[in-house]
Parts: sequence; structure tokens; C-alpha cells
Amino acid sequence: MLKFTKQGIYCPRADVYIDPWEPVQNAIVTHGHSDHARWGMGKYLCHIHTVPVLRLRLGPDIAIQGLEYGEAVHRNGVRISLHPAGHIIGSAQVRLEYKGEVWVVSGDYKLVHDGVSVPFEALRCHHFVTESTFALPVYRFPDPTLVFSEINRWWAQNAAEGFNTVLLAYALGKSQTILQHLETETGRVFLHGAVANVNAALEGMGYQFPGERIATETDRSSLKGAIVVAPPSALGSPWLRRFSPYRIASCSGWMQLRGARRRRGVDRGFVLSDHADWEQLNQAVSATAAETVYVTHGYEAPFARWLREHKDLQAHEVHLQGAEVMEDDL
Amino acid sequence: MKRFAELFVAIDQTTKTNEKVAAIVRYLADSDDRSSLYAIALLIGNRPRRPVKTSDLKAWATSAAGIPDWLFEESYHIVGDLAEAIALMLPPNLLSEHDYRLPDVIVQLAELPEQTDEQKREIITGYWRHLSRDERFIFTKLITGNFRMGVSRQLVIKALSIHLGMDETTVAHRLMGKWIPAAETMASLFAEPEQGSRDFQPYPFYLAYQLDGSLESLGNVHDWYIEKKLDGIRGQLIVRNGQLYVWSRGEDLLTDKFPEFGPLADALPDGTVIDGEIIPWSDDRPLSFQVMQTRIGRKNLSQKSLREAPLVMVCYDLLEWKGEDIREMPMHYRRNLLETLLSSPLRHTALLLSETMPFDNWGEVALFRREARNFHCEGVMLKRKDSAYGSGRRRGNWWKWKTDPLTADGVLIYAQSGHGRRANLYTDYTFAVWDDAGTLVPFAKAYSGLTDKEIAELDAWIKRNTVDRFGPVRSVTPHHVFEIAFEGIQQSSRHKSGVALRFPRILRWRRDKKADEANTKADLLQLIDAVNG
Repeated sequence: MLKFTKQGIYCPRADVYIDPWEPVQNAIVTHGHSDHARWGMGKYLCHIHTVPVLRLRLGPDIAIQGLEYGEAVHRNGVRISLHPAGHIIGSAQVRLEYKGEVWVVSGDYKLVHDGVSVPFEALRCHHFVTESTFALPVYRFPDPTLVFSEINRWWAQNAAEGFNTVLLAYALGKSQTILQHLETETGRVFLHGAVANVNAALEGMGYQFPGERIATETDRSSLKGAIVVAPPSALGSPWLRRFSPYRIASCSGWMQLRGARRRRGVDRGFVLSDHADWEQLNQAVSATAAETVYVTHGYEAPFARWLREHKDLQAHEVHLQGAEVMEDDL
Repeated sequence: MKRFAELFVAIDQTTKTNEKVAAIVRYLADSDDRSSLYAIALLIGNRPRRPVKTSDLKAWATSAAGIPDWLFEESYHIVGDLAEAIALMLPPNLLSEHDYRLPDVIVQLAELPEQTDEQKREIITGYWRHLSRDERFIFTKLITGNFRMGVSRQLVIKALSIHLGMDETTVAHRLMGKWIPAAETMASLFAEPEQGSRDFQPYPFYLAYQLDGSLESLGNVHDWYIEKKLDGIRGQLIVRNGQLYVWSRGEDLLTDKFPEFGPLADALPDGTVIDGEIIPWSDDRPLSFQVMQTRIGRKNLSQKSLREAPLVMVCYDLLEWKGEDIREMPMHYRRNLLETLLSSPLRHTALLLSETMPFDNWGEVALFRREARNFHCEGVMLKRKDSAYGSGRRRGNWWKWKTDPLTADGVLIYAQSGHGRRANLYTDYTFAVWDDAGTLVPFAKAYSGLTDKEIAELDAWIKRNTVDRFGPVRSVTPHHVFEIAFEGIQQSSRHKSGVALRFPRILRWRRDKKADEANTKADLLQLIDAVNG
């Protein structure tokens, strides 16, 4: 029912693409990250909580329709519905059903709860398209609640030693999860504009996160002992200077590897991911009971081989255009 | 081992040297004598020898992790470090209550080679089951034999100096040579040595920085000794109580590798320590470093290799004379003694004096340095005549000033992902030049020279312009040209391009050049003639 094309994952019967890479008429977007939600589509279909994010990022004039989780639309006999992926706010798996055959395109997902997004829902299907960002057994992520308390402890220690704290996290997703778990009695919370913009967009959907937008007139003395949440692109930029003296940490699944931590040039690396680790990926694939698995976005070849040789599944690697280019930016 | 693991993490987590020093001082304050000694040995790089085969280690880890071999290899390649890969792949251990003592672990590892393979496996996998993830990483790193703590020796010396309330130079001296943690206490290691008890011990080497300021800032040229910078092995030659010891700068005891120096035990007076360059020499000039490397690599020295690569020490400093440490005396005083020593009738042919070259102004020095290759050296050393012999790398009194490297423009044709800090990024490159038939032949591999930003840009380009994949290696569209710098070039039958380079690295990205503007094999052969002719 689905084909993997140059433009993206395509359903010819419904004439709709999922997370297309190039401009097409009908696009279903699993979530608002820029490697999945791209500019120039005729019509967008996504979860209702992704609507304001796409408007913010792609322009207020895009033609867009929001669905609730579980709500279905029908196109030329294909039943299409969105289901929680647990990746970030508004992230969805796409379920397509035609004459009893069910496909699920997971988009990006994780199984552990982050306390902000709706937890992943396991869907039974015949064909499962899975991501594989961290699909190697060296990626076993620690319990996020432990990581949150580590972050809070580090912040308190920095404040006590006269340092401000800067956390680098993706503006959409990771930032909100972190903000939700900060122990705000330690100090004030400031936000990079990119993070504040996302928070503002989500406010209309009833989300509320702590933190004030940093402005040029923000008094330096008010920063004392504060925490600042900024996107990874802030690293090494002159924007950071105003927070001196500060200690800086990166929050990402990539921080699992010492080499990546050191390469990032930060004081600390917190292993915090919105993607499934090795255990979760295996668990998710089993839970679908799918016979055919298509592996995209990451370590396609080893994960597909693992599923073939050790889980007796028909697993195929799928190289989607653009997936590789973005791998460090997720 | 938990406290040592904490120390490791503390050092690893910060790039600030004073925080690293503080972490070591904290560790020493809270640790017993024995743990401190073993930790110091590890901190300054005295590692245990590898007690098991890497292939065994991989096999045991693979089976403990319950994954197939190929997946282990795939993961290992991504991580780039065997010990880290193993630590991450083993099933998580949630109860790591038992604390092993660092000295006990190292002693057990040292005894491992005597055990059967089955016993080895049991001991190592036993540790893996009971250690936390950080401890597992350190433990496995100790086994794989490439354990490094991420602190320079200088920082360890600084921390010890604070901990012991002893000056840094003395601490540096006490740590020299191969001492055995099991045979020492903190008191014995750092005590004033008794007569004869530490005859083997070399002095810390005084190292020069590359000259970075202007020549004029150095003042009068006549205040400096200016010597040729040779490309051999820096060494220290010690004669005490009729015994000879030859140490390399890397603190390897190389006495047995250099039988040429054997007679010096009798020829030199007791209590003599000479600093110099060990280098193959014949017909009044040094032979190439390659000759030296072949010589060093040999396990058994044949008459042939002794004849083909006869070694000398080109002596440039005298650190101890008649048993007295004269490092604090000005260099002209030390040098006068050295000259007298080497000109005496007892002088041995294996000892040459490093000549100081008379220059009247800095312009002449600059000219010599530019043409250094014609004089069989790689640049000049500048040493202030009134300078003391310092310890470690210091600015001010000694400078090295190397000649500009040789260069050639090559086309990027292969890329491989790096290790450690560069794992998961394409950072190891192979460059090629054009041969007569118009094909690209690889001539250099280089890993360094680009900025992090350039690496990221090139990495993204490589991923989009991959032509073919062979395991971890990707071939890419020949497009980008890089200027490759190197210190030497020689003919080689082992390389496709017919040349071998010494210390190749990337000088810059030539975005202004197209692939067909890169150098040719003929250019390189011509360069060989020009340089070695």
C-alpha cells in the first residue's frame, strides 16, 4: 500500500505522502521537527497540537488540517488515523488501513514517558515503518527521571558556585520536557527566543511552561544563578556571552557516547533522548506483531539485519532522502 | 574503584585545568597510600600491560551482551573505543554495591597472564557483572591497554605538589623512570633518594615550544645558542656507579636497543647525565628517520642493522656532572663542561657535540631555517645562553623553530569515520594525486588540520556524495582539493603512489582549486629528488 519514493513515503491509493521531502500536493506530517515537516506542500494533515508549530515554522498561511489521536479520515477507501508516538508534543504515528491491510508509519518515537507528550501507543499492524536513530545495542538510555534530578542537582551546584547554567536542547520537544521538570526554586528560568516562540505557539493548546524570554534589556544581575534553555545552535555564538560566567550542558541521546560529548565542547552531556533506544525499538517492533518491518532514519542496515536474523521478520532497510543529512540535529 | 571512577569522570567532564587539578587533590586527600600510588601511576600513564587478547575480550563481551559478532563490530565501530563499546553493550547492572579496591584490581590484572583462558574469562566477566557502567569502562580500558586519564603529566605534578607541599620540579623528578607502585609508599616515592638507590632515574626533560612571537622580541642574537634541530629520538644518557642507562623522552628504557653506547659505562665518569638526540649517522650527516625507525622496531639487532644504521648521540646539554645536579647553573656553564667532556681523549665516537652556529643577526637565522632541509635538519633550536635547564614544556628560554613543511595539493577520494572524539563523523581522509594515465592514486592519509566547523561541513558533503561503501570506508566524488603538509617524503614500494610521507596533515582546504588542478605523481617524484638529492 505504501511506496518509498524520492519525495517521501507515498500511498498511491490515497495519493498522500508522509513526511515528504519535496513539495507535493497532500502531506501527512508526523511531527514538527524540520526534517519531517518541510515547506511547500499543497495541504498538510497532522495532529492538532502540531498545527500551531507548523504555522510558526512554515508560515501562517499554509493549508492545514488537524486531527485528534484516533480520529480517522478516509481517502479513496483508505482509512487514515493518527496515534500517539511519544516523541514530542503532537507527534503521531500514521496508521493506514485498506481492505483489512494495516500499515503503521511510526515517525520518530519513544516508549518512555517524558511527562509532556502523550505516551506511545502500540498498534498492531502488518507492515511497520520504524525509525532507527539509536538502533544499536550501545544505546541504552538511563531512566529520564534520574537524568532530570541530575540536571537539577547540577544547576543547584552551579548556582552555589556562582555560575549560571545553560542547557542546550531542541527548541521543540526537548526544551519543553526539561522545563516541565526543572525545580524552579533553585533560580530563575530564561529562554532563548526560539524556545520562547515554541512555548508561545503551544500556549493556545493549553500548555504552560515556566521561563521568561531573554530580551536585550534583560538585566544581567537578574541572571545570577539562573538557568537558560537554548537550542544547540546557540553553542559558540556571541549570544551566550551575556551569561558569563556559565557552565553549559548538552541534552541529547548522542551524549551517550564519550566521543560525542567531548566533540560538542560542553561542560556536561546529559543523556536525554526523545527517540527510542535499543531496548525500546525492539519492544516496539514486537508489540506491533508486524511481519514486515521497514527501517528508516538511522542505523537502517544493522537494525534490519538484526530483525531478519534474530527476530525472524521480513525487515528491509529504506534510505529516505535527507534522513542522513539531519542525523546530528535531532 | 568507585572513587577512582569518580575521579575519572570528574577529569573527563571538565576542560578546565584547575578543576582537573582540584579533583586529583581531592582524590589524594581521601585515599589511602596504596590506592594513591596506583592512581598516580595510572594518571601519569604507567599502565599495566595488556593481559588478554583483544579477540578474547570481544568474544566474552559479545556473549555476555547476547548479540551476534557482526552487531558487536558494527557498534564498536560507531563508538570508536573498545572499552566504551563493551561497557555500553553489556546488560545494565543495577546493583553495583561491592567496591573493589583499585590496587587489588590492578594486581589481579597483572597476574592474569598466568591464568588459563577459562579463568581469565571468569575473572573478567565477573568484574563486568558487578561493576557500574563507569567502572566497567575504566576496568575494560585498563585491560585493553590504552587507558588515558585526560590530564597532562604537568597537571598531575601540580596536584601532587599541592597535596605534598613540595615544589613541582622535585615532584617531577621523583616521578621519572619506571617505578613500581607495589614497591613504594608515598613516603618512599617522594623522599630524598638515598645514595645509589635511584641510579636509573632520569631528570624530567626540558621541552621547547614552537616559536610564535617575532624574532626581534628575543633580543640580541648573541644571547642565544642556535643549534640544528635534528629529527631523531630525544634521549638521556646516564652513567652512575659504572652502570649505563639510556632513556627516551617517552620514558622508555632503551639501553639494550643501543649497544653502541655500551662502552660509555666505562668511558664516562660516574655521575654523568647527558641530554641529546639519538640518531643514525654516517659520513658526517644524519641518516633519515626511517632508518632509525626500522632499527628501533627490530627485536634482535643483527650485525647488518648495526652497520646500516650506526647510532650516535648528538649531545646538547649536561645535566649532572660528577654526581652533582647542575640543571640550575646557566647553560653556558653546562655547555662549557659538556665541551670539555666531549673533547677529552676519552671521548667516544658515539658522542658528538651539537654545534652552535654563529649568526650575526636574526635575518641570517631566518634564512638558515628556511633552507634547513639542505643542511639535513628540520629547523633550529634557540636556547638562551644564561638559561637554567627547566622541567616540562615552558615558554621563554628555549624555542624550537621548525622549517615550513613540504606541501602538495591532493584530491579527497576516501573518507572513514574517526575514533574517540570524532567517532560517528567522517574525519579520516585519503587524498590522491594524478598519475600519468590520468587516474587518481592515493598518496596521503590525514586526520587532522581542519576546524570542527570544516569537519562538520565536509562530513555532510561526504554523506551526500558517497559513490561506494567498503565497510566503514566511503569513496566520494573526486571534487574537493586540500593542501597537505608533511615533514618528509621518500620513495616507497608499498604505496600505490610510490611515495611515503612523514607526518602528513591537512594545511588548508583549497576551495579555490578544482580536482584537476591537484598535484601529480610526477610532481611528488620530483620533490623527492629535490629534497633528498
